[in-house]
Amino acid sequence: MSEQLAPPVLRAVSLTKAFGGLVAVKDVDFEVKAGSITSLIGPNGAGKTTLFNVVAGLSDPTEGYVEFLGQKMVASPERGWLEPILWVLPAGLVWLLTYALGLVGVPTAGIEVLILVGLGLLIATLITAVIRPAWYTKMLVALGVFKSARPNDMVQAGIGRTFQNIRLFANMTALENVLVGMHGKLKASPLDAVLRTPKQRREEVASRDEAVRLLEYVGLRNRENALARNLPYGDQRRLEVARALATKPKLLLLDEPTAGMNPSETATMMKLFSRIRTELALPILLIEHDMRVVMGISDSVTVLDHGEKISEGTPDQVRADTRVIEAYLGKGAV
Amino acid sequence: MSPRKSVTSRTKDSSVGRASGRFRDRLLPATTATGRYLGAHQSFSVLIGMAVVTAILPLVVLIPPLSGFGGQNAFVDGFASAGVFVLLAVGLNVVVGLAGLLDLGYAAFFAIGAYTYAYGASPFSGLDVPFWPMLLVGAAVAAVFGLLLGAPTLRLRGDYLAIVTLGFGEIVPVVFLNADKYTNGTNGISALYQPALPGIGDFGFINPWPYYVTVAAIIAVAMMLLYRLEDSRLGRAWMAVREDELAAASMGINTVTTKLLAFAIGASTSGLAGVFYASKLGLVSPSQFGFTISFTVLAMVVLGGMGNIWGVAIGAFAVYEIQSQGLKQLNNFVASSGIPPIHLGFVNVDLSAVNFLDYQFLLYGLALVGMMLLRPEGLFPSRRRKEELHDADDAGAANQELVEA
Repeated sequence: MSEQLAPPVLRAVSLTKAFGGLVAVKDVDFEVKAGSITSLIGPNGAGKTTLFNVVAGLSDPTEGYVEFLGQKMVASPERGWLEPILWVLPAGLVWLLTYALGLVGVPTAGIEVLILVGLGLLIATLITAVIRPAWYTKMLVALGVFKSARPNDMVQAGIGRTFQNIRLFANMTALENVLVGMHGKLKASPLDAVLRTPKQRREEVASRDEAVRLLEYVGLRNRENALARNLPYGDQRRLEVARALATKPKLLLLDEPTAGMNPSETATMMKLFSRIRTELALPILLIEHDMRVVMGISDSVTVLDHGEKISEGTPDQVRADTRVIEAYLGKGAV
Repeated sequence: MSPRKSVTSRTKDSSVGRASGRFRDRLLPATTATGRYLGAHQSFSVLIGMAVVTAILPLVVLIPPLSGFGGQNAFVDGFASAGVFVLLAVGLNVVVGLAGLLDLGYAAFFAIGAYTYAYGASPFSGLDVPFWPMLLVGAAVAAVFGLLLGAPTLRLRGDYLAIVTLGFGEIVPVVFLNADKYTNGTNGISALYQPALPGIGDFGFINPWPYYVTVAAIIAVAMMLLYRLEDSRLGRAWMAVREDELAAASMGINTVTTKLLAFAIGASTSGLAGVFYASKLGLVSPSQFGFTISFTVLAMVVLGGMGNIWGVAIGAFAVYEIQSQGLKQLNNFVASSGIPPIHLGFVNVDLSAVNFLDYQFLLYGLALVGMMLLRPEGLFPSRRRKEELHDADDAGAANQELVEA
């Protein structure tokens, strides 16, 4: 009972994503509860990965929104027209002032300087808008402008992910891959690196120890210095999980983590995920189209078909649902 | 309890002590007392290496046959000019080699650095700022323009980025050419003030030694800082963006700032080179900063070995010396060797009358083609590039590992 009262880690509310006329995801709601494994299943083309990409901040939904830890992270933009006005506002004010001063009769040299100051301001605001530092986003929120978090903001907020087709940094070592995962949590600035401050050196050594520990945790002992692409397939999958864990997530998104694996490898992977859930208290959102894989470890299963949610519940409930059987095996199978 | 803590606590009881100990043994060998990541080995090796090279180069040219090609001072003067290209190549290496952003307009930042110095220290503007602070100003101005080029091109990759940067590289000299009022147009800005140091006084135009030592010092510092950056969080982010931008973003890397920083840092190195170049030459004009500079520097980076800072520096030095000294000596050599003219029907080849300097871009082209066919990773590749470009060998290694696993 108490589990149901705890607020969900992730909540997607009436998500719709359309690509032109094609509605890939239609009005889907789902939740990931704290400490649980929630699975998203469905036949090929059901819209699982589209939904996943929306949740990970890769694309904006057409309608609906995603809340993470009670905060709205992803939705279609609101009051977007206000932002370009903000970009030109400071420069515009300076130029207006320049114009006014020109009417009063200030010497041309002063006018030229002011015009340049305005230009500088315009450039500075545009570059700030491109970089989008935290204070800028805060200011936008205060003004009622909403923009979806970018993938890297989602990671900072605490969502770690893996990819359906492995996307490791192939020419970097296993250790470096994990270190890249830690990027957002490291604090040393380029200036620290240039000066090799004690802070930066401490951080580098600590992060390397931590990375080795993570590699061991997923079962990649002694593979730190192997190039990612030279690792066997199963190890690459494991390395992706280690890299995602390195971002210190509060929720792990796994996109078909057992694709292309044989049954025994799959079983090992599933064991790893249960361990992550129990030992690290990390909730997991799992995409799979293999029903057998999902049923074993999930607490809750959401079934998609043709972009719509057709069933939701515990594995047993879902297994018994005639609509799910229909979707997977066709009408005659019921 | 945070997830991270539980990872730590779980592994602590089993193997954390051994793990980190083993890790240190591997990465911090006992031979280097301070260790790879705890110490500043690259900083020292770069500084010592540059000091040794700087000391030896002027002595090497006293040995025949080099001594026959010209006086020591002429050589040292050439080395100082070569230093400009070494700086350019080392800077472009950040953009192209580390972050993987193909920049064909790199000469623009060189021009911006040079013109910045021309404004700061010439009768044209009436300002007389000393050379040393102008180095920093030039680097900063170039970095700002690096950001300006970077910001609108962030979404572009590969060929498209190359085209935009190529355009930028063309725009900048054209602006300098046409904004007569501010740049003195075609004539450029001349009679720039020379650098000066207490004790030496004005560097002047006759003695190349102060320039030589100055550029060597600038290169040493720039290389040291770049090594440190490459080995840091930012360096890894550059590599990650080069490997897979989407995956990098999904690991929490702000790809926007990462790429902008690559552009800005590359540009600032180029700005340094520009300031030094302008002060050494004493004049700047738009024609000095054409596409050939961008192309030459890119060829230097590719030939030297993309991604490897020392390799790129050596590549730049070698290409510059071949171009300025080698071809000239080849001319003299062929002319004096008395190779008879060849007559084959209406084809007449008289090698002794050929000016090889005219063919330097043909030779670059041949060198690049040969390079791509025989050794695509460059003369002195970084370990990473080498492995990346030798897929066939590695596929074998990967299979081997599969068998073992």
